[in-house]
Formats: sequence, C-alpha cells, structure tokens
Amino acid sequence: MALLEVEGLEAQYGWTKVLHGIRFEVEDGGITTILGANGAGKTTTLRAVCGMVRTAGEIRFDGRRLAGRATEDIVRLGIAHVPEGRGTFMQLTVEENLRLGAYARREKGALAGALTRVYDYFPVLGERRRQIAGSLSGGEQQMLAVGRALMLRPRLLLLDEPSLGLAPLVVREIFRIVRAINREERVGVLLVEQNAATALDLADHAYLLETGRVVMSGPSADLRRDDAIRRAYLGY
Amino acid sequence: MEIFLQQVVSGLATGGIYGSLALALVMIYQATDVVNYAQGEMAMFSTYLAWTMINAGLPYWAAFVATLAIAFVGGLVIERVVIRPVENAPILTIVIVCIGLLVILNSLAGWIYSYIQKPFPSPFPETPIVIGTVVFGAHDLGAIGVTLVVLVFLYGFFRYTMLGLAMRAAAQNPSSSRLCGIRVGWMLAVGWGLAALVGAVAGMMVAPIVFLDPNTSPGGAVLGGLIVGVVENLVGTYVRFIGTELKLTVALTMILVVLVVKPSGLFGRAVVHRV
Repeated sequence: MALLEVEGLEAQYGWTKVLHGIRFEVEDGGITTILGANGAGKTTTLRAVCGMVRTAGEIRFDGRRLAGRATEDIVRLGIAHVPEGRGTFMQLTVEENLRLGAYARREKGALAGALTRVYDYFPVLGERRRQIAGSLSGGEQQMLAVGRALMLRPRLLLLDEPSLGLAPLVVREIFRIVRAINREERVGVLLVEQNAATALDLADHAYLLETGRVVMSGPSADLRRDDAIRRAYLGY
Repeated sequence: MEIFLQQVVSGLATGGIYGSLALALVMIYQATDVVNYAQGEMAMFSTYLAWTMINAGLPYWAAFVATLAIAFVGGLVIERVVIRPVENAPILTIVIVCIGLLVILNSLAGWIYSYIQKPFPSPFPETPIVIGTVVFGAHDLGAIGVTLVVLVFLYGFFRYTMLGLAMRAAAQNPSSSRLCGIRVGWMLAVGWGLAALVGAVAGMMVAPIVFLDPNTSPGGAVLGGLIVGVVENLVGTYVRFIGTELKLTVALTMILVVLVVKPSGLFGRAVVHRV
C-alpha cells in the first residue's frame, strides 16, 4: 500500500473547476513529482491533500481517508506542507518559525532534538536563529520553510515549487538536502515543480499535469526520455 | 516641585490604566483587524462583577482573581458566540456588532446596578506614602505596580510560551499557522479572553478614582467623546423630533460617519496594505 493514494480527485474554487479527477500515489519513503505549466493545477493538488480547498474524490494517507478533515488535523497525522510562497512568519525570528513547525507535536523534549536536526541540515539557519525571518534571503527563507516542515517529523513532505525565484546553485543545494532528508528520515516527498529537469533528477516517479488532468505518468527516467516532454518541458 | 512629582505619578497611574486598556484594544485589532468598541463596556461590566463579590463579603484579592477568570472566559465566549458568526463579514458589520455589544452591556449594567455612581474600594491603604517631602497616593503607586505586573505577564506570555507564540503566528499568517496545526479560530478567542482580562484589571484599578457607573468607559478617545457628547446633547435639545429618545442614535450615527470617512480615526494615518 502506498503512503498517499489519490483517486478521482476534483477540486474547485467557487464555480471554477481546477482538477478533473486525477489519480496519483506517493510510496512510503519515495519521491513523487507532479510537473506542469503555470495553471495546470499543481498547487491546487497540494492544497487539496491538506484540506485547504473544496474537493471531491478519494485521498488516503496511510490508509486513512483525509476528505472532510480540517487542515490542522491533517497536519497532526504527519503531513508537512511547504506552501507556495513559503509561508514564512516574516516578523518572527528564525527559531520561532521553527518552533511553530513543531506546534502539533506533543511529546515532551521533542523540540530541542528537532531543532538540532534542522540546524544540522541547514547550518545557516543556526547562525541566523535570532534574526527576524523577513531579513533572510530568498534561498534562506526556502530553507527555513523546509526546516519548519521538518520540525513536525513528518511522514510525508509536500513541497510547492521550492525552486521558484532562486539561483540555480541555491536550488541544487536545497534539492540535495531534500534528498538527504528523504533517505535519512524515510520521509515520503510529493514535489510539484515547473523546473522539470531538476524535479525529474530527484524524483523516482513523475506525473505530468495539463489543465487539471494527468496526461502522462511513470518512472522519472521514462519521462525524461520521452520526446514530447523533452521538447515541451526540458528544452532540448 | 513636590506637587509636580505628585501629579506626574498620579498621571502615570491613570495613564498606565488607559494604556493597558488601549493594549487590550490593540491585541484584538492586530489579530483580527477589528476594533472592539465594547472593550470599555466589557471592562466596566467586569468591574461591576468585582463590586458584587466584594459587597457580598469576599476579600478584595479573591474577588480580583475571580473577576479576572470570569472576564477571560467571558471574552472567550463573546468571541465564539457573537464575533465568530460575522468573522468574514464586511468590517462595518463587525463594527455594528461591537457597538451592539456595547449598548447591550451598558444597558444590562444599568438595569442590574442602576445608573447611580457607586464607590469602588481600592486594595491599597488610604494613608498616603511619603517619600522625602513628596506625598504619593497609595492607590496611584499600587495601580502603577499592578499595571507593570500585567505588562510583564503579557510580555512573558507572548514571548516565551508556545501558546503565546502560536497566537502571534495566527495573527500574522493564518493559513501558514493552520499548516503548523494551529487552531486559528481558538487563538482569536483566547486573544479576546486575554483582552477582556486586561480590561478587567484596568477597570478595577480606575474605578476607585472615577467611581463606578455604566457610562464610564475608561480610556475612550477623549476628544471624540467630548465632541460626540456635546453634539448629541445640543441636537437633543434644539432639534425637536429627536429629543431625548433619539439622542443615542445621533451619537452612533456620528461615530459611524467618522468610521466611514476617516476609518483610521480622527488623527489616524491611512494604513497601506501590500497585496
């Protein structure tokens, strides 16, 4: 059984339907990516998993149905979402941002260990932990967002375009750390990206989304070799 | 010089009380963008509860603590029951609900306790405290102390506790807070509870100075209050069909007009929101 199983997922904003019955899976400890152009419905897919948008269809996490649950409760099941725009608490310090990531955890003493772990992955956050988050660079804020998600000790990590607006070198660094987190903590990752080349390098499974429908899916290696994908999304 | 010092300390005492009431307003405003027009009335009503308990023979500080607890729960319940249903309504709707709350609390207090002023006891000794040649009112010094304790408590709560941090987060970025598992609606309710608690402290500290009656909302915008009061009375006297019955309507209309024309207040600056 896959960690996350989605079937016939529909979503809409007001009267506008954005997803028309999509199906995808994330394996336990696997990395799945959903590719697509602007407006294909990638962000909506992640928001649907977290109960942030009205949906129809089936979403199962670890065998449990998520439909109808509040976002706050879905988080408590172990799903951490790094949202579009990073969701930084700009006026709080770096460490306060991270502490909030562990808000849903109730174990005593979990906080200190989780902070150490995040500072191990992202030493720059440790150096800047008393700074106001709004003063960080874009790359550092993206690291903070991933770090905040990690504080939950999630089983599934949802990443919404972590490469957006960042220099290629910074993107490579962040993706390297995501891979390390995935391997060392056995965290499943669902990544949506416009940057298809980088996403396909990281993921073991990929889906291609066009105007709210899955038009292609398979192992990343297969998609990377596909001529149509190469021309439209990889650019060579 | 003695008189000057004495007046400054006295001013600090009342100023501190006004300040904590303003703080209660700001706490709610920052979290919800709502100015709670009933804040003063909530403080007044809490003070009446304290008065009832003290008159029933409870020791002052026991009544004080009980009042804080009741005010906290009361503020929480008001947010859940009265404000929650209009949370996403246009700002004017929320303003009207708050003004309605103000009128209800005011009338309720008048109905239960009558509009006659009542003396409210101070927990501090009546004999003044003399330092050097300067004479300080014990209540003034005590009120300053209590205000400081409240400020330190609030600072510590928001700065060092997880709940305080979650409340700040919920005020700044509700959707990101939900993704951290924070129940944003409850944070707002706790904010209202805390604001009511702070207001209750202010009410109990100012009541020994200004007496207790339903029409005293300490910390009201003084100038605005004066203008509204004078115009209300003049219109009530000289415009025959308004008379005494419709006087309050005149006041509320004026407040609304100011809110619509200058929503940031008589002396306020427009706030620019980045979209």
